[in-house]
Amino acid sequence: MELILEGIKKAFELIVSLDPEVLGITLLSLQVSGLATFISLVLGVSAGTVVALANFRGRKFVISLINTGMGLPPVVVGLFVTIMIWRNGPFGFLEILYTPLAIIIAQAIIATPIIMGISLAAIQQLPENLRLQILSLGATRLQMVWVLIKEARLPLLAAVMAGFGGVISEVGASIMVGGNIKGYSRVLTTATVMETGKGNFDVAIALGIILLLLAFMVNLVLTQIQQRQRPR
Amino acid sequence: MEKLKTIKLIIFLSTITLLAFSVSSASAAQSQPKQKNIILATTTSTQDTGLLDILIPLFEEKTGYFVKTIAVGSGQAMAMGQKGEADVLLVHSPDAEKKFIADGFGINRRLVMHNDFIIVGPSADQAKIKDTNLAVEAFKKIAETSALFMSRGDNSGTHSQEKKLWKAAGVNPEGQKWYQQTGLGMGQTLNVAAEKKGYTLADSGTYLAMKKNLGMDILVEGDAALLNIYHVIEVNADKWPKANAKGARAFADFMVSAKTQTIIKKFGVDKYGSPLFFPDAGKTLEELGK
Repeated sequence: MELILEGIKKAFELIVSLDPEVLGITLLSLQVSGLATFISLVLGVSAGTVVALANFRGRKFVISLINTGMGLPPVVVGLFVTIMIWRNGPFGFLEILYTPLAIIIAQAIIATPIIMGISLAAIQQLPENLRLQILSLGATRLQMVWVLIKEARLPLLAAVMAGFGGVISEVGASIMVGGNIKGYSRVLTTATVMETGKGNFDVAIALGIILLLLAFMVNLVLTQIQQRQRPR
Repeated sequence: MEKLKTIKLIIFLSTITLLAFSVSSASAAQSQPKQKNIILATTTSTQDTGLLDILIPLFEEKTGYFVKTIAVGSGQAMAMGQKGEADVLLVHSPDAEKKFIADGFGINRRLVMHNDFIIVGPSADQAKIKDTNLAVEAFKKIAETSALFMSRGDNSGTHSQEKKLWKAAGVNPEGQKWYQQTGLGMGQTLNVAAEKKGYTLADSGTYLAMKKNLGMDILVEGDAALLNIYHVIEVNADKWPKANAKGARAFADFMVSAKTQTIIKKFGVDKYGSPLFFPDAGKTLEELGK
């Protein structure tokens, strides 16, 4: 119990003193997970919307694949990405193993199915007539899609928050493809695992608290956008 | 209303671009020119003790290389070297290393430093191994009393040493209820052993660095069979042309240089009261030990 209090104390110290290493790690976590979520958002919402609105053979099968993708084990994604980008892999020439870019790629792979699956459901549950209504008012296909997305703002933003939550807390893939290199590819989660392994429990708990604070602040902003009342 | 929206959109897009830029420039700056990156595969003990946190920045500043330190067990480090996914290794699993060199995967195996393995356990010491100074004896006693023993179980240098000792004791611990394998690093295995009040084999460096929170005692130490020797090995560029041979040589030279050896000698004394490692560059194996 007192270990947790020590952790809280340590978190306070680290934040107030603006400890440069912790600051760097926190910033990197935000950058990496932020970018990964953004990429997943673009890919996930567009693909999810397409599948939701289109009609093609094997659609249900594709949807089940997407839903399964939401449960993709991050560690397995990490292993897969590592094999793709290490020196002997097909993308070895890019030399991106053990870089922050690799973490972004792995996290994007993890978050995209999550955002895709939820967007898919979000668009699907809009009333069928809405689509026709918008088109009948003279909208182009693109304009219609944009209006539908705005209509589904609540669940879509939930999808983004789910995707972000999934990757900001991810550790298995980040360690594997990032290498947890000090000052370069070390993020909050990988640093927490390392400090736990070293037995520095107070620092580990402190980092965990900082991670939660970071996630809270980001979600505060996203929730504001999500819950904004439409002018009626 | 429209203007506000456009402004918001512009701010949003520029934030994303800035984010992308800063992260990519961090990656890009490090990856060119190609020779700048060295992948060092090493053990968890060199990282957990904090030794590399001191040495790596010194090396980078001196030479301009960028070292990617990947701390895994010696077994995994050598597996990386075998596949050419690392440039230089700093490991402590002598038998496996010799095979590594013999198979042609590594060159220039040089002695860097040593410390000791120790057998640690609960102060209650139910197997009564404190009375013996011999590691093999202690292991026999642990097996005889079926005392709880935590193994690394991860093909690390420590794990290999442990297996050697069991073999010498004529015991096969696999599958026995008192023998548990964590598959984790040294620091975490020590934590688990401390929590479950079991015995384990640890390197003295990691133990000393964690002693404060552990509550475990050193029960057997000083046996010649417990010597823990670290070597630096360069990955054979003939087998793997993509390996950074120059960088590997530079790092290996750095590890055995007089200045580095002095730093190793002093490392940990202020914080823990005794050095965590003993520098040995240039010595032969016979000169080591007690």
